Amino acid sequence: MVLKAFFPTCCTSADSGLLVGRWVPEQNSAVVLAVVHFPFIPIQVKELLAQVQQASRVGVAVLGTWCHRRQEPEESLGHFLEGLGAIFSHEPWLQLCRERGSKLWSCKVTHRQVPTSPDAPGEDQVMLIFYDQRKVLLSQLHPPTALPDHQAGDATASTRGLAAVFDTVARSEALFRSDRFDEGLVRLSHWQSEGVEASIIVELAKQASGPVCLLFAYLLSLISAASACRVFKLWPLSFICSKLSTCEQLRHRLEQLTFIFSTQKAENASQLMRKANMLVSVLLDVALGLTLLSWLHGKDRIGQLADALVPVADWVAEELQHLLQWLMGAPAGLKMNRALDQVLGRFFLYHIHLWISYIHLMSPFIERILWHMGLSACLGLTVSLSILSDIIALLTFHIYCFYVYGARLYCLKICGLSSLWRLFRGKKWNVLRQRVDSCSYDLDQLFIGTLLFTILVFLLPTTALYYLVFTLLRLLVVTVQGLIHLLVDLTNSLPLYALGLRLCRPYRLSAGVKFQVLEHEAGRPLRLLMQINPLPYNRVVHTYRLPSCGCHPKHSWGSLCRKLFFGELIYPWRQRGEKQD
Amino acid sequence: MEDELTFSDIYGGRLALLRRYYSPSCREFCLSCPRLSLRSLTAVTCSVWLAAYGLFTLFENSMILSAAIFITLIGLLGYLHFVKIDQETLLIIDSLGIQMTSSYASGKESTTFIEMGKVKDVIINEAIYMQKVIYYLCILLNDPMEPNGISQVVPVFQSAKPRLDCLIEVYRSCQEILAHGKATPTSP
Repeated sequence: MVLKAFFPTCCTSADSGLLVGRWVPEQNSAVVLAVVHFPFIPIQVKELLAQVQQASRVGVAVLGTWCHRRQEPEESLGHFLEGLGAIFSHEPWLQLCRERGSKLWSCKVTHRQVPTSPDAPGEDQVMLIFYDQRKVLLSQLHPPTALPDHQAGDATASTRGLAAVFDTVARSEALFRSDRFDEGLVRLSHWQSEGVEASIIVELAKQASGPVCLLFAYLLSLISAASACRVFKLWPLSFICSKLSTCEQLRHRLEQLTFIFSTQKAENASQLMRKANMLVSVLLDVALGLTLLSWLHGKDRIGQLADALVPVADWVAEELQHLLQWLMGAPAGLKMNRALDQVLGRFFLYHIHLWISYIHLMSPFIERILWHMGLSACLGLTVSLSILSDIIALLTFHIYCFYVYGARLYCLKICGLSSLWRLFRGKKWNVLRQRVDSCSYDLDQLFIGTLLFTILVFLLPTTALYYLVFTLLRLLVVTVQGLIHLLVDLTNSLPLYALGLRLCRPYRLSAGVKFQVLEHEAGRPLRLLMQINPLPYNRVVHTYRLPSCGCHPKHSWGSLCRKLFFGELIYPWRQRGEKQD
Repeated sequence: MEDELTFSDIYGGRLALLRRYYSPSCREFCLSCPRLSLRSLTAVTCSVWLAAYGLFTLFENSMILSAAIFITLIGLLGYLHFVKIDQETLLIIDSLGIQMTSSYASGKESTTFIEMGKVKDVIINEAIYMQKVIYYLCILLNDPMEPNGISQVVPVFQSAKPRLDCLIEVYRSCQEILAHGKATPTSP
């Protein structure tokens, strides 16, 4: 099998020396991590490698020699390099050689052991694969391969394929800590040998994050203790809180903030990404909320809104009154039962009258209330949207009441009709056996049953029409509320940090690798360039989606239609309190 | 070592297959699809603009014309960037894997790499496509659970859709490399 040598691009111009890295026997590949330059003392090199091996649990060893020639091969150097093979024994021993200023490489692999079968080739072919060490170090493969736990001595065969290369480079950070300005005993060449990479801002943030996290964790624990006190568990308050989506959103945000500012360090990369995504999402939310706040509170917009609110409520009530007048007449040319029509119409009209009185009673206080609610925008745009949704629900409460009345009436009627229809055919519903059985009725039972059936059938169009109209209105309100909740959900669950990372540093999130064949000459080893294939955007969103409150409709379209037909009450956006996991 | 052959796709259009033999264990096949024809582009643009002009004479709103121009431009850019594939390449490297690259007309390249450990075999399969029966080359992937099972079938050259003669060429070369890989055992 061809031997694959993974060589870092930063070492292609390094001076001659020893190749240090890890040998993966299952894939017949050698991952070169660094080059040790002359002069060196073999004992110190071995000590350094033992230290690195202990710190990183990666089987780092001397793999071979690297020769970057100036002109003709120097005989002494050649023999010297051969001699090194005896000091650092490694099976197989790799010898890479490059002429300075040209792209021609030559590779030789020697096996110490005599090949067992006579027709196995004495020297293997070598394939050179160049990789960018920094990018491979920082990148994260998706899907993440299950890494063995750190107690197992050497990270071995459970990482299959190219994930082994990524894993090796990522774990060998201890090897890359020294740069050429260090007064160390051994001089190495790797991606950080020109100077260790660090950022002042990141270091400062790391130092500051400790006390800041403690402070916020303390404040958040106070808030959650206050919200968990007994007062909120009493019946009226807990019922209201479970119905309002604002409380749900606030609770969700509190949970997220507690997670972000928890004093435990993130255990693995996915938890770190989750924390970062949540933090960015909260920050963006608050920024948008503050923008909304400044827009609302400037130029007396709250006053304008409050002034417009009562006329809008009045207008809605007036339109409903017109609608009821139309229903009480001959709607769409249908002939209604006059008596029932009048009763229902007057009943609903009285409700609207009550509602308007309440609105007018509240109108002096509306501006104050709106002003205080506007302040809540500083908690985030999602909280404002939830409040908006709740306000819509409150303002259209009368539509909800009408829908419930209409649905209940219609449901009763349908139940009565179905049972009397069964009587009409001589059958009855057997409750014990949950099925329809035949039954012999007396004559007077049949007579009264048929009479009632006729009455109900003739009253059906009226009730059905009222039910239809109010159900449509209710569905309209529910659709509007649903759109707002969808927007809130989107803001809550979009992983903005991961998307930003994919945009600006695509090598950090990788779906795999891609290879490019470099200039090739016959007789020379094949050279490939390995680059990182970034994760596509839809997979980024799918993998790093934050858990949200989840306002998916519980019913499929079929069951929704069935419920509508039979007059059962529908709650398409289930109260989130019951869906907590 | 490079050579170019001409084949045709299932619709009769011309395809060019460029074969590169880098080494006994590494080969590349590059299939170029027919380019975007000026005739179809002109036809689509003219029809869109005629429709827009017709609507303009009906409604007397000049926004329609600017909207039509905008739509044509955005549509063309979107088509070139997301739909029109210029070239499809298959790179097979013994003991590393198989890589498939599609290059779009706008220069975007999308690559998929499958490691050799996951590849079970490369086969030519038949499929019913609209009203035709066509042949296509595909890669069978191993199932980690079942030793003899197949977890996925990955079709190759999906947008070029060459005919059987082209597929046989590619198939032979792939089988040579796969056989070569299976023959030489892992060194101790």
